[in-house]
Amino acid sequence: MTGLDETDLALLRILARDSAQSAGALGRRVGLSQPAAWRRIRRLEEAGFVTGRSLRLDPGALGLGVTVFLGVKLATKGRVSLEDFERAVCAIPEVRRVEHVLGLYDYRLRVVARDLADFERVLRRRIMTLPGIGNVEANVLLTEERFPGPL
Amino acid sequence: MPNFMLDDLDRRLLRQLQADPTLSMAELADRARTTAARAARRVERMEADGVIVGQEAVLDWPALGFAVHVSLRITVDKAAPRALDELMAAARKVPEVAEMQTFLGRVDLRLSVIARDMEHYQETYRERILALPHIADIEALLTISTVKDEGGLPI
Repeated sequence: MTGLDETDLALLRILARDSAQSAGALGRRVGLSQPAAWRRIRRLEEAGFVTGRSLRLDPGALGLGVTVFLGVKLATKGRVSLEDFERAVCAIPEVRRVEHVLGLYDYRLRVVARDLADFERVLRRRIMTLPGIGNVEANVLLTEERFPGPL
Repeated sequence: MPNFMLDDLDRRLLRQLQADPTLSMAELADRARTTAARAARRVERMEADGVIVGQEAVLDWPALGFAVHVSLRITVDKAAPRALDELMAAARKVPEVAEMQTFLGRVDLRLSVIARDMEHYQETYRERILALPHIADIEALLTISTVKDEGGLPI
């Protein structure tokens, strides 16, 4: 078991949405003093339940207007081909996330680009030339919402 | 289009903040080779303009006892006029759903589902996902491993 109590879970739920608030503000929301909240957060970090903080930026404001989710099927399988593919796909800066999955596809990729023309360039020059690449399905992201999850 | 332009200093600040959002203003200014006062003004402006949306904690789900991560790709039955809206409203109420995306493409909606184990996933899938309205088809991708996760953006 994780040994976490209700107050820890409440803190994690709040932090997963907004971790920019002060320990004092967090403490008030879960009924703890500022030092007690700070100690709890430190403990959650040290125990590895919180692995870091991630900054949320508006991709559009940075000139990255297009996000595409790709489902990738490999044409050839085997340990060496998986390693070659993973090494090459991880080196593409526009590819932000790579998941090895089980199902209709072998990999799920999250790709950002300036616009559709730029995405097409990334797809043709970088993705379609990856070692072992087979079928690729592209879905262009329209909206995205994130939730605290089942804590 | 955005009504602002980011210059080199803004981008340096964003790059440093993205690498470590917990930096103090003094450390941030130092790394971005500027003064704390200038850095503070720029960060404040980027927050006001919506370039910086916020900051969130990254949770280690396996450490928290949630080992199963499934990506559900849903095709919506568009016969009902507000099918997608109703499906999305119902999906927001499922606690195991951690992310929801809509797409232009073969897939209409994607739900990212987190569960403790396969038994919990199966219960979630049968009791809460299949109960969602207007689903025409679902494909599941079970995540074996995350090979790369650059939460941020190339700046």
